[in-house]
Amino acid sequence: MAAPTDAQARTPATPAPLPTGRGIELLLLAFAAVLVTGALVLVEANQDQQLSNSLLFVGLAFLGLFTVGHFAVRRFAPYADPLILPCVALLNGLGLVMIHRLDLAYIASAKALGDDPPTEAIGRQVAWTAVGIVLFIAVLWVVRDHRTLARYAYTAGFLGLILLALPGLLPASITEVNGAKIWLRLGIFSIQPGEFAKILLIVFFAAFLVQKRELFTSAGRRFLGMEFPRPRDLAPLLVAWGLSVGVLVLESDLGTSLLFFGIVLVLLYAATERVSWMVIGLTFFVAGAMAAYQLFGHVRVRVQIWLDPFADPNGAGYQIVQALFGLGTGGVGGTGLGAGRPDIVPFANSDFMLSSLGEELGLIGLAAILVVYLVLITRGLRSALAVRDSFGKLLATGLSFALALQIFTVVGGVSKLIPLTGLTLPFLSYGGSSLVANYALVALLLRISNAARAPLPRRPAAPAVPLAEAGTELVERPS
Amino acid sequence: MNTPVRRIAIAVMVMIVLLMANLTYVQVVKADDYRTNAGNQRVLLAEYSRKRGQISAGRQVLASSTPSPDRLQYQRRYPDGPVFAPLTGYYSVIFNSSGVERASDAVLNGSDDRLFGRRLSDLVTGRDPSGGNVVLTVDPAVQRVAYDQLTRKGYSGSVVALRPSTGEILAMASTPSFDPNPLADHSTNKQKAAWAEFTGADPPVLINRAIQETYPPGSTFKLIDVAAALSSGRYNPDSPLTAAPNITLVGTRTTLENYNGNACGTSATASLREALQRSCNTAFAQLAADLGVKAIRDQSDAFKIGQTGQTIPMPVAPSTIGAIPDVAALQQSSIGQRDVALTPLQNASIVATIANGGQVMAPYVVKEIQSQTLDTVDTTQPDRLGQAISPGVAQTLTELMVNNENSYGGGGKITGVQIAAKTGTAEHGNDPKNTPPHVWYVAFAPAVNPQVAVAVLVESGGDRTNLAATGGVVAAPIGRAVIAAALGQGPR
Repeated sequence: MAAPTDAQARTPATPAPLPTGRGIELLLLAFAAVLVTGALVLVEANQDQQLSNSLLFVGLAFLGLFTVGHFAVRRFAPYADPLILPCVALLNGLGLVMIHRLDLAYIASAKALGDDPPTEAIGRQVAWTAVGIVLFIAVLWVVRDHRTLARYAYTAGFLGLILLALPGLLPASITEVNGAKIWLRLGIFSIQPGEFAKILLIVFFAAFLVQKRELFTSAGRRFLGMEFPRPRDLAPLLVAWGLSVGVLVLESDLGTSLLFFGIVLVLLYAATERVSWMVIGLTFFVAGAMAAYQLFGHVRVRVQIWLDPFADPNGAGYQIVQALFGLGTGGVGGTGLGAGRPDIVPFANSDFMLSSLGEELGLIGLAAILVVYLVLITRGLRSALAVRDSFGKLLATGLSFALALQIFTVVGGVSKLIPLTGLTLPFLSYGGSSLVANYALVALLLRISNAARAPLPRRPAAPAVPLAEAGTELVERPS
Repeated sequence: MNTPVRRIAIAVMVMIVLLMANLTYVQVVKADDYRTNAGNQRVLLAEYSRKRGQISAGRQVLASSTPSPDRLQYQRRYPDGPVFAPLTGYYSVIFNSSGVERASDAVLNGSDDRLFGRRLSDLVTGRDPSGGNVVLTVDPAVQRVAYDQLTRKGYSGSVVALRPSTGEILAMASTPSFDPNPLADHSTNKQKAAWAEFTGADPPVLINRAIQETYPPGSTFKLIDVAAALSSGRYNPDSPLTAAPNITLVGTRTTLENYNGNACGTSATASLREALQRSCNTAFAQLAADLGVKAIRDQSDAFKIGQTGQTIPMPVAPSTIGAIPDVAALQQSSIGQRDVALTPLQNASIVATIANGGQVMAPYVVKEIQSQTLDTVDTTQPDRLGQAISPGVAQTLTELMVNNENSYGGGGKITGVQIAAKTGTAEHGNDPKNTPPHVWYVAFAPAVNPQVAVAVLVESGGDRTNLAATGGVVAAPIGRAVIAAALGQGPR
């Protein structure tokens, strides 16, 4: 007979519940709400000298949407990283404030010109944010385990390819806006399918590389102290390269082209741990870039503007010159929200959102925003480190790096570090597709971080049978 | 595969640091370049949304900024636009500015160093920075009379009135004028429409004829000849000069004749007094030839004709007597023709100098600079530019000019006030014999202890489109009305 105490001693003690981080998330969300509301009040104070209904509209919409978002995370991903959603909320909120602030400026200048006031962008952007939150919740709800995505890798890849190619293949009349064929005009609204293709293709590449990992790592030959892959294993890189060139040729979209190539390269590196992939990839990149420079007039123009925007400050260089003026006028401290003239810069609420923010918030404000982005990205990469399955690692790395590369090309482009490309600042810029797609991206990151931080599902405990009652086993002695 | 992920994280951090470094370069190192670049509209727009100081004269506000509900927070207004436009100028977002608005911009926008204390206190108290005020020397009543006199008959012309003892500008009219209000409108379309109208106007309206345009002075220039003659010591008012109706210019076959080909009086010779009174060209051609180029040039230099870089504080176009290569040219120049060209301000300054005992006073239009709270920060001190003629010569010239005025006809004579004057009728254009002449009237009053000096210019004979227009008939009544107003005898 076994003593009951024995049994108790053998049963593992119930562990203390792991901290979910949801409390911290709520606190940080509240903090973001305070910042956004403060920013909104500043704009109103500097612009109207009175608090208007729009304050209530934007403020309440923001609070409502992120409360819903927070509870969705509580419900569907309780162990998700607590910093990601507040970062997103802060960025999105600041974006809304700036879009509203530019609305006021556009209305005022239309009034001065005696024109009809333009439609306000803020209403649309709030609606897009709502769509984004809905998709965010839907992704969390549908994708209960990110590993299931790997099963649909080829579907995702195929779909992504179609979405990416669609605007390039359809007639320009429904796809071209401001020289880039990246749109799909669907009646009252238009979307950029490329933004969604980005996520789908990352899913595909992550799954594909995990599957074929062995192939890329085992075979190869050493050269110059590096393990180089066999030529036939270059196929995925060639595919990515071809994709990027295709995008560039068919859609005249330098930014997306660059983004895809960079993401695939980084995924290859992460999957194989081989620096040689980066070397080969960069060689491809340089070759492609030089060929593009020779072949495409619009690429050449971009590079020339980058080298000397002041050569033609009222023509080709106008946008970047105006953006630099905005940034320079902002200086270290900025003019203060609502006190600058960001509306002078063309596309101030989309492609040149950075210069709008830089003018009114200054270097300090931009540095703060970049740090928020950095926190968002590093939390994504941290989830990649912590999650246990290879697919999750690659997916989280790809998604996080996609954000990082996009931010680099946009901020670098507007501040003349690199040639300007037509991408938008994630969560900050006006534009539905980018916002909605990035919400899906963040939902996936949260899903992976949930898997990384959730306690290990307990193995069904072996039936605790007292030793005395256990059946005997015949252990055969080797002869 | 955690090692590459860690490396990727480091790469991302490096990217962000690169971005921050570049933004620091743009927003700190290059910031001033970009901020002050001529293509950057922000500086300008910021200036236009600041409370700009007012321009006033006497008790009248000529230009002021009032709060407006739109983004350029202040609306510039000119209550009596066209009358004072040559002085105030305009202030436009698109088309820059002119007049005092431009010349005293640093004071009006508050950046002038004399307002430094004020700026400091604005900074400390957090008050919106605002500009200082400019008070003009102008007497609004005189300015109005000058403007009304010119516009009543639709003249293109100019009137300048000075206080001889100080050089203060009491009136400076230029017609046809313009209304600065639409150029300051916050609607860009209205600004553009007004600009198109004003720049297309004929005769031009945006030009201030008193200081931006030079005209042949005609017979008014004979005052310089007389001043040179008297200063030489070889002439007095009774010195005889030729009375011939015409003479041949020295070294040429060109003849120069008197007005209407008349002889200068009834005798063979005319006295200097009579020659000036009748404005005999032949007598002055002879006189100038005798005095020589140097004497005439020195005398006109002493009156500051040809002075460059003059500001009141608006820049004044330099007047000139031309190159005068030979005696024949001097003879033509001595009657205010050929290349002699004076601004109305310069001509007013000449008679003001005679009135002031020969001492040249620099004309100026800004009397005071006030801070936002209307306390005086700086007062312009009258500036003596030198002695053009001795007090004795000035006295003699005054007597001659009194003699002139008493012989002149024309309307508007003021009882009880002795005016000293000279008229002028100047040929101009490509076909001078068939173009109505510019007519002048320069004068000061009272002859003893003068209080005001005026120059009146009416372009192309005013309403006398025939060739009979003369300074005495067209310009003199305007000058007298302005003098009456300045002496407090006109309609106030």
